[in-house]
Amino acid sequence: MRSTDQIAALKSEPACAHNAKGKSGCARPQPGATQGGCCFDGARNALLPIADAAHIVHGPIGCAGSSWDNRGTRSSGAELYRIGMTTDLNDLDVIMGQGEKRLLAAIGQAVEQYDPAAVFVYVTCVPALHGDDVEAVCKAAAARLGRPVIPVDCAGFYGNKNLGNRIAGDVIYRHVIGTAEPAPPPPGSERPGLTRHDVNLIGEWNVGGEFWNMAPLFDELGLRLLCTFSGDSRFHEVRTMHRAEANMVVCSKAMIHVARQLREDWGTPYFEGSFYGLADTSRSLSDFSRLLGDAGLAARTEALVAREEARVAAALAPLRPRLAGKRALIFTGGYKSWSIVSAMQDLGLEVVATGTEKSTEEDKARIRALMGTGARMIEDNDQRALLRIFADTGADILIAGDRYIYPTLKSRLPFLDIDHVRAVGYAGYAGMIELARNLDRALASPVWRQVAAPPPWAAAARAA
Amino acid sequence: MAAILAPAKALAVNPLKVSQPVGAALAFLGLARCMPLEHGARGCAAFNKLFFMRHFREPIALQTTAMDQVTTILGADESVVEALATLAARDQPEVVGLVATGLAETQGADIPRTIAAFRAAHPGLAAMAVVPVSATDTQGCLESGYALAVEAILDHLGPAVPAARRRPRQVNLLASSMLCPGDIDVLRAWIEAFGLEAVVLPDLGDSLDGHLIEAGFSTLTYGGTPRPAIAALAQSAATLVIGPSLERAARRLAERTGLPTHSFAGLSDLAACDSFTHTLAAIAGRPVPPRLCRARDRLLDAMVDCQFQLGGTRVALAADPDLLAALTVFLSGMGMEVVAAVASARGPALAGLELDEVLVGDFEDLERLARDRHAELIIANSHGAPVAARLGLPLLRAGFPVTDVYGAPSLASVGYDGSRRLLFELANLMLGQYREIAPYRSRYRRDAPC
Repeated sequence: MRSTDQIAALKSEPACAHNAKGKSGCARPQPGATQGGCCFDGARNALLPIADAAHIVHGPIGCAGSSWDNRGTRSSGAELYRIGMTTDLNDLDVIMGQGEKRLLAAIGQAVEQYDPAAVFVYVTCVPALHGDDVEAVCKAAAARLGRPVIPVDCAGFYGNKNLGNRIAGDVIYRHVIGTAEPAPPPPGSERPGLTRHDVNLIGEWNVGGEFWNMAPLFDELGLRLLCTFSGDSRFHEVRTMHRAEANMVVCSKAMIHVARQLREDWGTPYFEGSFYGLADTSRSLSDFSRLLGDAGLAARTEALVAREEARVAAALAPLRPRLAGKRALIFTGGYKSWSIVSAMQDLGLEVVATGTEKSTEEDKARIRALMGTGARMIEDNDQRALLRIFADTGADILIAGDRYIYPTLKSRLPFLDIDHVRAVGYAGYAGMIELARNLDRALASPVWRQVAAPPPWAAAARAA
Repeated sequence: MAAILAPAKALAVNPLKVSQPVGAALAFLGLARCMPLEHGARGCAAFNKLFFMRHFREPIALQTTAMDQVTTILGADESVVEALATLAARDQPEVVGLVATGLAETQGADIPRTIAAFRAAHPGLAAMAVVPVSATDTQGCLESGYALAVEAILDHLGPAVPAARRRPRQVNLLASSMLCPGDIDVLRAWIEAFGLEAVVLPDLGDSLDGHLIEAGFSTLTYGGTPRPAIAALAQSAATLVIGPSLERAARRLAERTGLPTHSFAGLSDLAACDSFTHTLAAIAGRPVPPRLCRARDRLLDAMVDCQFQLGGTRVALAADPDLLAALTVFLSGMGMEVVAAVASARGPALAGLELDEVLVGDFEDLERLARDRHAELIIANSHGAPVAARLGLPLLRAGFPVTDVYGAPSLASVGYDGSRRLLFELANLMLGQYREIAPYRSRYRRDAPC
């Protein structure tokens, strides 16, 4: 089990502005009024998209049984990550202390049956409390099987999802990054007169395959992605991340320490960006050329951005008048609280308030920059309070994670899901068009009018 | 009698089993103005809430005691007291279902002492019932967790002694986790067809049938068995229990109330439907209404129509024990052959099954058996979809969770009409599989017009 010191260290990332100041998301959860996932949830979400690895959940069935294969992340090839694996600890394992033995056999079974590129072992609450020496088991299994076996000590009671993200990044940095060299580019992939640059994305999950909206543009610009950590990634790619010339932190402040350590240890510059919204997508591409200091790349990027923005503008033209002035209430975690605000403003919507439950001080500063100093920020994640704010602000649509879908729909209000389990991709230029279409579809649905109207007999009863 | 095989396997691959706390929470979701509270880390409740949301496409009442590093090591009893007080203040539930997870059990939670502490600290909240259930996820499955919760509900909210006054037209219906909200609707109408009134426990048909309410959103359940109705179970004429997993709960209720109990393993085959109808007629002292006779006649017609399509079909089936057993009887009655039966855990329904063997296992086992034994149809929850796709077989979705289609919880598979619907669905799945003979064109016709 992790010591409280180790957990405190992970919570005090120096590259996070909010560590100078208390942050709401790190507060102790209130029993009976807590929403959101645990540390294990966050750690597995961060690593599960490594598609050719076996992901073993070490614990009783509670952890994996209701949660395996429920992510929206997509792979272009390997599907091993979708196979749910767990040691499914039973009473006897726990009472007799057979967890370690069972885990060792389980790793052997996974390697023998599925030939994974690596094995990740997620340590959940019960074995952590029991004190299973998972590190030793993984070491023994790796030696015996000749395969990387990586322990991820992420018991749910350590904290929230964000902490789990950090633990995952920490594990990857200590155990995986820097352990292999990138392969040379395939023959014929290089173009004369175009300098290829190797880059990484950190915290891009390829939800609903949305990064594939962007991937062809990276190819076009001559940016080779050594690793999109971790959406649609492979274990070998994660190992080579230290060789990138520039890194982009896409999602989740929680992963920033990976970028910071790569800069400290390998001198790789990084920036924080987003592929949600036109302005942010274009800025992110330009930031790459800025960090890489390649004039040719800068020119290509400028041309590509102009072309793509024109294409999107044409596609959005018929939708703009339909969306203009509509009032959006955004409630989502962390980085998305500003990146989605920016995307909505690109579309001409008015953002009436945004949730900042999981946002950092920097996230909030960006929100103020976008929405003005009077920006209404919602710290509380209580669903009823959120619906009250919806009414107070005269909002037309709620844009939030999946936890809010049904409370909102039950209230007969338009909703757009931007959670990580969705199957619809909103990233990049093509994603912006999709986002606009879906917003319009949700706002303009004739259903809202019908479900709000009373049945004829109720009207008759009132008249009588 | 089926041999129950439980091979030693260190790694569960593509688990079929869903944990006991999920099942216990599900039972509480069938009570009115209820909030299930999982005593564990916040993730337990978060995962399970999402699981239910994706299955039912409904808001789900579920909270957590949010055990953290400190409370896990030093004792989380205070967290339970705080959680109960917080729920009372914020949500005002009538009933809290306190579900102790594996973490709480391993940590050594003393639930009765904790509830006593809550009562002592908050005498003003005496009206809020707290029903504790120990449902560790190191044992059992969804079905057994659900059954444990039903027993706990009867222990804490049900009658302790026979009733002085009877309601001769009221019957109790104990409904196992294999029954979906659509099934409960059918059962209620079936009982009402005899002029009887059903008290359904738990009543998922009332809470999770998916209906809009005037108030919009509620943090508590949207319906379900009212607490006074549970207290009044002893006044009924009889108890009907559907699903062997609830036999123990039914026995306890019978012991305390002296009520006659009528048990049904499942209600998807003709004989079981007839037996249920016959029992209702006896309790009500009324003849079988013509409407039910007509429904029966329609089922007979569907059986005749579908028998050729379905007869001999080789089925690989994976489910919790009650559902596995009920479907096996139904399929056998249509001449279908269950060539692979995988149960998530042991359960009372498996013992009497007329199969050679039942394997306690996972989807990896189901896939292997289905392939080896040349199954033609898979019946499983939505996790069976990738399995069915890899094997190139059709999938009938059944059990928990069903996340990849709309409306699954509203599809009844019990009663004459439900069985008929199920037959048609099966027959349609198999109809799509029929491979016609490939056309052959003679060498002598090669130049003739196509």
